[in-house]
Amino acid sequence: MKVSYYPGCSLEASARDYQESIEGVCRRLEMELAELEDWNCCGATAAHSLNHRASIELPARNLVIAEKAGNDLVVPCPMCFNRLKVAEKALLNEETGRYRYTIEGKTKIWDLADFMAQDKVLDLIESKVTNPIKGIKAVCYYGCMSSRPPKITDVENYENPVSMDKILKRLGAEPIDWAYKTDCCGASHVVDRPDMVFKMVGKLYERALDVGANCIVVSCQMCQANLDIYQDKIGKQMGMTVDLPIIYFTELIGLAMKEREVESWLARHFVDPLTFLSKQNLLPRLWG
Amino acid sequence: MPAQEPIKVDPGFSRTVETLTKLNLDACFQCRKCTNGCPVTFAMDIYPDQVIRLVILGQKERVLRCSTIWVCSACETCTTRCPNEVDIAATMDALKEMAVKAGVQCPQPKTYAFHKAFLEDIKRRGRMFEGRLMQSYLFKSGEFYKKLVDGTIKEDISLGLNMFKKGRLPLLPKGIKGKKEIKEILR
Repeated sequence: MKVSYYPGCSLEASARDYQESIEGVCRRLEMELAELEDWNCCGATAAHSLNHRASIELPARNLVIAEKAGNDLVVPCPMCFNRLKVAEKALLNEETGRYRYTIEGKTKIWDLADFMAQDKVLDLIESKVTNPIKGIKAVCYYGCMSSRPPKITDVENYENPVSMDKILKRLGAEPIDWAYKTDCCGASHVVDRPDMVFKMVGKLYERALDVGANCIVVSCQMCQANLDIYQDKIGKQMGMTVDLPIIYFTELIGLAMKEREVESWLARHFVDPLTFLSKQNLLPRLWG
Repeated sequence: MPAQEPIKVDPGFSRTVETLTKLNLDACFQCRKCTNGCPVTFAMDIYPDQVIRLVILGQKERVLRCSTIWVCSACETCTTRCPNEVDIAATMDALKEMAVKAGVQCPQPKTYAFHKAFLEDIKRRGRMFEGRLMQSYLFKSGEFYKKLVDGTIKEDISLGLNMFKKGRLPLLPKGIKGKKEIKEILR
C-alpha cells in the first residue's frame, strides 16, 4: 500500500517521537509513506487568524502537489489535516479565480488515526500483534481539529470519535469511554496565554483521573505537547501530583508489535511512559 | 454627571462582515449554544453569542476592540453546534483580520505577536521552525525583557535545553525550494 504523506512542521522537530513512531509502524505494516515533494507549512492558526487568503493558499499549494502524486494523502497532524480540508472545500466550492490555485478534488485527505482505523488496516495491525497491551487503562483524547467542524472534516462521529478506541481494542487494550474526547487543550495559546492552557489541560487531567485512566492516548502533537510538557507544573497548580503518560496511538501500535525502536520514541517524552509500561509488564526489556 | 459617550453604530457593519466572509450572521436567534459549549469563555470579555449580536447591531468598534476574538482558540465547537449554521469561529477570524486592518490596538498583544511571528517565520523558509519562532516571539512580544526581569526566562531556557536533549529541538531549519511562492502568498 502506498500513500502520500504530509508530516507538517512540528513532526520535523518537537514531535519527532510521533514522526518516528509513524515511520516505524508503517514500515512494519508494509505501508509506503511517500512524503509530498517540497511541501510547505499549512499556515496553522496564525494564517487563519490574520490572513484568510493565505490560510487557503498555503495548504492549497500542498493539495496541488498531492494531486500530481495521485495517491490518497495521509496527515498525522490534525491541525494540518483541518487546514488542508478547509482549502479543499474552498477551492472546490468557491468561485474560481478567487485563489491562485485550482484542484480537481481527486485526492482523498485522511486524518492518520482515521486512516489506520479502516477495517482492512485494523485487520492488518491485529495480525501483527505479538505483545497485547493489557493492563493499560487509557482514555483516547482526540482534540478538536480532526473532528470539527464536520462540514469541513467530513467526519460522522464528530462529537464522539472512535478511531483510536477501535485501534486500541485491536491491540488488546480496553479504552475507557469519557466525555472529554474532543474538548480543546488550548493549542498554541500555550505560548501567549499559558494561563488559559493550564486551566484547560488541568480539567482534562481531572476528568481522565475521574474515570480511572492511567494514561492518555493522543493523535495530535499539539495536544501531546500541552498535556505532557507542562504536566508537573499544572499538577502543582492543581495541588496534586498528576502522573499520566501522554502516549501517541502509533507508539502503542509499535509496542503491541514488539517494535524495538519504541523505547527511543517514548524516551523523548517528558512524563516517563517507560517506567509506566514496565510496571504493566509490557516491556520485558524489549524482547531480548 | 459627565455625559456618557453615545455608542457609535455602523448600520452597514453586519453586511460588510457578511460580504467579506459569506457568513449568515443574521440567522442567529441567540440560543447561546455557542457560548454554552465554548471552552474559553472564562477568559473572554464578551461571550461569542454577544459578539454575533453586536455585529448585527452594527457595534463595530466594540467587537473590533474586544479580547474575545483573540482569546478564541478556534476549536470550532461553536460552529459545529450552531443550529442555524452561523460560522461563529470564522467570524472571529474575520473580525481579527478587520481589527488589524483598521489599526485597532490589540487587547491581547502577545497573541497577536505570536501569530505575526509565525507568519514571518514561514515566509522566510516555507516551513515553520519552532526554535527560531519561539525566539522571535519572545522578542516581538516584549516577553523576553519581562521574563529576564522577573527571572522566568530560566524556565524557558531549561525547557529549550530539555527539548534539545530529547532530540526534539533541531538546530538547523529546513527550507523548501518553493520559498518564493510562499513569500508571494504571504506578501
